[in-house]
Amino acid sequence: MKVARGEIWTGRALLLVLMAFTILPFISIFMTALHPSGTVPGGLEWPADPQWINFVTAWNMAEMPKLLASSIFIVLAVVPVALVISTMAGYAIGLLRIPGARVLFFLFVFGLTLPFSGFIIPIYILERAMGIYNTRLAIVLPLIALYMPFAIFWMRAHFINMPVEISEAARVDGATTWDLFWHIHVPLARPPIVSLGILMAIWTWNQFLLCLVLVEDPTQRTMAGALGAFQGHYANDVPLLCAGTILILVPTLIVFILFQRQIIEALLQGSIKG
Amino acid sequence: MTMPTPTKSTVESTVTSDNRHVAPAVSRRNFLPRVFRRETFIGWLFVLPALLMYVVFVIVPFMLTIQYSFFKWNGVGPATWVGLKNYVTIFQVPNLIGTVINAFWLVVWFSFIPVGLGLVVASVIHRVATGRLGAISRTILFLPNVIPLVAAGIIWGWLLALPGLINQILEAFGLGAITRAWLGDFDTALPAVGIVGIWVLLGFCIVLLLTSMSKVDPALYESARIDGAGWFKEFVAITVPLLRYEIGVCLTVTVVAALAAFDIIWVTTAGGPGSSTSVPGIQIYILGFTQRAIGPASALAVMLMALVVLVIIPIQYLTKEIKQ
Repeated sequence: MKVARGEIWTGRALLLVLMAFTILPFISIFMTALHPSGTVPGGLEWPADPQWINFVTAWNMAEMPKLLASSIFIVLAVVPVALVISTMAGYAIGLLRIPGARVLFFLFVFGLTLPFSGFIIPIYILERAMGIYNTRLAIVLPLIALYMPFAIFWMRAHFINMPVEISEAARVDGATTWDLFWHIHVPLARPPIVSLGILMAIWTWNQFLLCLVLVEDPTQRTMAGALGAFQGHYANDVPLLCAGTILILVPTLIVFILFQRQIIEALLQGSIKG
Repeated sequence: MTMPTPTKSTVESTVTSDNRHVAPAVSRRNFLPRVFRRETFIGWLFVLPALLMYVVFVIVPFMLTIQYSFFKWNGVGPATWVGLKNYVTIFQVPNLIGTVINAFWLVVWFSFIPVGLGLVVASVIHRVATGRLGAISRTILFLPNVIPLVAAGIIWGWLLALPGLINQILEAFGLGAITRAWLGDFDTALPAVGIVGIWVLLGFCIVLLLTSMSKVDPALYESARIDGAGWFKEFVAITVPLLRYEIGVCLTVTVVAALAAFDIIWVTTAGGPGSSTSVPGIQIYILGFTQRAIGPASALAVMLMALVVLVIIPIQYLTKEIKQ
């Protein structure tokens, strides 16, 4: 590689500036969170007397244990169900190629272009009629449905490339369609299923609009939804708001740092395919 | 997880798999329309749960939105048919049509700047940043894309406030005169929200473009460099044409993020001051849930959905990968 010395340093400097632009906001809210509750500190000032107690206060005020439990419950209710039914549908459309597969596929892909806010009002009205409004189910059911276009698109892309010979060989041995699916094709589809699961878990954790509209009680929402409510209550207490935001970010950050390679990979692939 | 599985005797040997009929032997099955075949039926059973959820919570609400857009309704009482009046209202009321205009301004901030800047930055980094620094930067730059948008909004709401970091930095550079509450000022609120969008989306674009650049045959860059091509030449002749598809992906993702923006704006400005940062998503929420004007809210929703499709189709068309 022949690259001029000066260019290397320009590039590195540019990179460092960008990294600072990305990371400074986090440092700013962290420092702010350590100032005495109720004060209005500067944006980047280390406090004379760091108030670590703010994190405890915010933890209690945001009812973090309840919030964490609620978020985990919603993720565990959404992701496995969405994974199973989208994998089944992707299998039928991509590999079994049932009659009508093209129409079905088109119908699902159409959903990729619809923004949530476009049909949130009818969802609200439907859920009131169904009697699930203001329960966790009100978030879980629409989320599963909203993920179907992407999830089926994703799984179909995997199954369409699977050689049919695998099924044929097993068929001769007398396996049923379900056996074939569950014992042969699902294990083979593990990598795309895992990526899809990661993506849907992040999207669910970060879901805001659905929570805002469909569940009034913040402790029945996901983390992001609850953060919105927390902001509404403590907008005037900047250090406490920052402490609460950090608490809500910590689980995301831990998961991201642990699985960064898979998450970045999945998000990039997800957008390229979608 | 169990499903009614057919017994072996009913499977027989006529059909192997996947609609492929190997045995042409005359059997009663071949006279039946395809739809009634057993495997077709099972195949549809596989699609059924996903289809059911999708129809109930996406397709039906989608069609209801279209239906509601032709009525005057407060959500509980009787609804009256008003034809296209709700659409006319949207075009007549400056606050409503203004949301669409704001949405297009946001496209500049959320999409054109992150993609353009991302492309330039990625190509510079690509030439120099390899190894450790490259890996660390990838993780850091991606961070804003993983956290909830609400959190991004709260963080920036504080940074852009009067005593926040942005003003502090400006003062440090002797620009104290222009400091202000950026999100509360009619002139600067929209660009300020735009900066939040850049923060969230720039890293994503850079990482995506950088990853694709590293997949371009290095020999291409190698030979360009031997020929003495500088950064700019390399950028125009190799990077941009070869990354057409990925640029399209970045544009699509960011344009949708701009047009359908809600979370960031809701927590930073809630559409204000006045309606200077109001976008369709925000206005749909206000009309539908606080003013109970389901009709105009739905008409705006239909327009938003149409807008997204109209903007995405040309992007997809222009940046399609040329397949040999």
